[in-house]
Amino acid sequence: MKTFKIGGVHPHDNKEYSSHKSIVEVGLPSKVVIPLSQHIGAPSKPLVVKGDRVKVGELIAEAVGFVGANIHSPVSGVVQKVDEVKDGWGMSMPAIFIDVEGDEWLESIDRSSSVNSICKLDRDEIIARVKDAGIVGLGGACFPTHVKLMPPPGKKAEVLIVNGVECEPYLTCDHELMLEHGEEIMIGIQILMKALGINRAIIGIERNKADAIEHMRKLASRSLGVSVEELDLRYPQGGEKQLIDACIGRQVPSGALPIEVGAVVDNVATIYAVYEAVQKNKPLISRVMTVTGKGVKNPGNYLVRFGTPLEDVISLAGGMPENSGKVICGGPMMGRAMSSLDMPCNKRMSGILILDKSESRRGEVMNCIRCGKCVSACPMGLEPYLLQKLSELGRYEDMELHNVMDCIDCGCCQYSCPSNRPLLDYIRVGKATVGGMIRARQAKK
Amino acid sequence: MELNLIVISLIALGVTGLLAALVLYLFARKFRVEEDPRIDVVQELLPGANCGGCGFAGCRALAEACCKSESLDGLLCPVGGSEVMDKIGEVLGMSVEKSDPLVAVVRCNGSCDVREKRSEYDGVKSCKILNSLYVGETGCGFGCLGCGDCVSSCQFDAIHINSLTGLAEVDEEKCVACGSCVKSCPRHIIELRKKGPKSRRVWVDCVNRDKGAVARKNCKNACIGCGKCQKECPFEAITVENNVAYIDWRKCRLCRKCVAVCPTGAIHELNFPVRAQVKEEVKEEVKVEVKAEVKVENEVKSSDDIKQ
Repeated sequence: MKTFKIGGVHPHDNKEYSSHKSIVEVGLPSKVVIPLSQHIGAPSKPLVVKGDRVKVGELIAEAVGFVGANIHSPVSGVVQKVDEVKDGWGMSMPAIFIDVEGDEWLESIDRSSSVNSICKLDRDEIIARVKDAGIVGLGGACFPTHVKLMPPPGKKAEVLIVNGVECEPYLTCDHELMLEHGEEIMIGIQILMKALGINRAIIGIERNKADAIEHMRKLASRSLGVSVEELDLRYPQGGEKQLIDACIGRQVPSGALPIEVGAVVDNVATIYAVYEAVQKNKPLISRVMTVTGKGVKNPGNYLVRFGTPLEDVISLAGGMPENSGKVICGGPMMGRAMSSLDMPCNKRMSGILILDKSESRRGEVMNCIRCGKCVSACPMGLEPYLLQKLSELGRYEDMELHNVMDCIDCGCCQYSCPSNRPLLDYIRVGKATVGGMIRARQAKK
Repeated sequence: MELNLIVISLIALGVTGLLAALVLYLFARKFRVEEDPRIDVVQELLPGANCGGCGFAGCRALAEACCKSESLDGLLCPVGGSEVMDKIGEVLGMSVEKSDPLVAVVRCNGSCDVREKRSEYDGVKSCKILNSLYVGETGCGFGCLGCGDCVSSCQFDAIHINSLTGLAEVDEEKCVACGSCVKSCPRHIIELRKKGPKSRRVWVDCVNRDKGAVARKNCKNACIGCGKCQKECPFEAITVENNVAYIDWRKCRLCRKCVAVCPTGAIHELNFPVRAQVKEEVKEEVKVEVKAEVKVENEVKSSDDIKQ
């Protein structure tokens, strides 16, 4: 069975809590807070002011720069203010506050549940729709999707790789989305193939989602050029570069984008959003997220409008369990533990994982025993033990020489370390510093 | 025979050694690098801490810079201070501008009792990492994290974390104002300020840029940017920017009017004699505390009695 070639680990997937739980829509809150920075790149520029009346789907903030994304109102109501808000980590971010009144949608949006399979738009029109709808990669990185659809001059896309891997333990939202909206995803794939001018697409799914593989294979047999690749269980197979390696056996060079090897990778949730934007004229205003954990009463997959307070979603899932010790935004491998639940749901949030007290403590940090497990686990072929030491000593120039910028923050090194060393913590700090150094150097030029 | 061998080898080795010494001597003469002899003299005067506080890579580099440059303006050994610079000036025959001795000041007064803990951090004990992850255990995203990056950066054992307050504290006797703690603090809390006459200093003990209400919710000692001190200051030394006041130590004349008007007690004064009216208050407080202690003791005794 296919998988990527270098490194990787195999943590227990813990998906049994929330898999096969059908998607439940979370009710409308009375107030929403829409962060203006829900994507990679500069925060969007607000287009509304206090007192403005908005409808569902109305553009409320505009993309800034090439790598930016529009933001649309997920509710109807009155803008209360545009102000700073603290996120789940206590950092300030600009946001639009809206008081919800009713649920009035823009008339141009098709709200019917019928599947519309005919797309008459041409390439440029599709890209414009995707851009206008503010679609970003919903796998977690939040890279604006329209940028991926416009390869730089001289580069040609050959294959679209659809990410249905969901290698992150606990999370099941993509799995459920494939089961419930497979048909729409398949149309979305056709639309993206048209936009990229290619005739080949591969859907990569890990073998622990056998029903999704079967379902997507059945659907793929009806559409031309689309195939489903059953992949072995290995984390971080959902990483862009790992998935390309697993599906088509090509390695993206250090520092380059997937387009270098002719691949474009999109998550199934993103493709569903593309379908909705192009066929239904519905901008990205909601997403499916998983709420799960050992102690959670009703773990499951929830469809949330952006801006809904996290507490609403958690209370729908049965509230905070008594013994909870840590709440993680995202999955256990790449997610971040939050210090406050006072946070609105946004494009970035693929899941909420609630761990109990015994699961949430870090182990005692011991000395490095030079076992080299981190080196063999690193899917990017780096030397985590060395990078950690260099970061600790503040030798950032040396970190750059040792390719720290290739690190994808997957956490395999820290997971595999028998001495519980805080490898990724140090590497991340070093990566941020080196990134700053590179940007400063480019600015000088 | 054997003796002969020893003698021959001794002579051979001796001659080789002499020849090598001669070659070395000639080469040393031929390729000698002319160096300002004053550099060694100046280096002798410098403290030899190699802390880098002067901005050069060690004491020798500063000595070279002193000898090369035409005036000593802008060159200062913070460890030796003006005393050492005067001596260097004498050696080099240059005048030295008087500079005020500086000292590191930690601008955060969010001790454990005024800054409520909202979460628990069990990761690496490093401010740099903690700062990159989130706001910290308290709600304040600007204040001292107390992991001690400054402590490990200090070569002079002059900064420590007070276990009662959880804040970094500078030992002004030991601090030489080299500035390594300033660089190590990821939240830029530490600043080098004028040591002041008799070590008297006034500064705003907070760098929180949140709006007043938010800042106050997170920490009772926070500066709320109300601007009262700015209005009160007769020397225009105080500016309020981004919801936080800052006292320019170059303009401050230590009148302490700002300290009196600050509603949150965010402005700190150090080493001043206690004011008359304040004295009484302090006395009362002390009395109350003493009483409280007595009470506690009694309680403890009574509970012990019960056990017995």
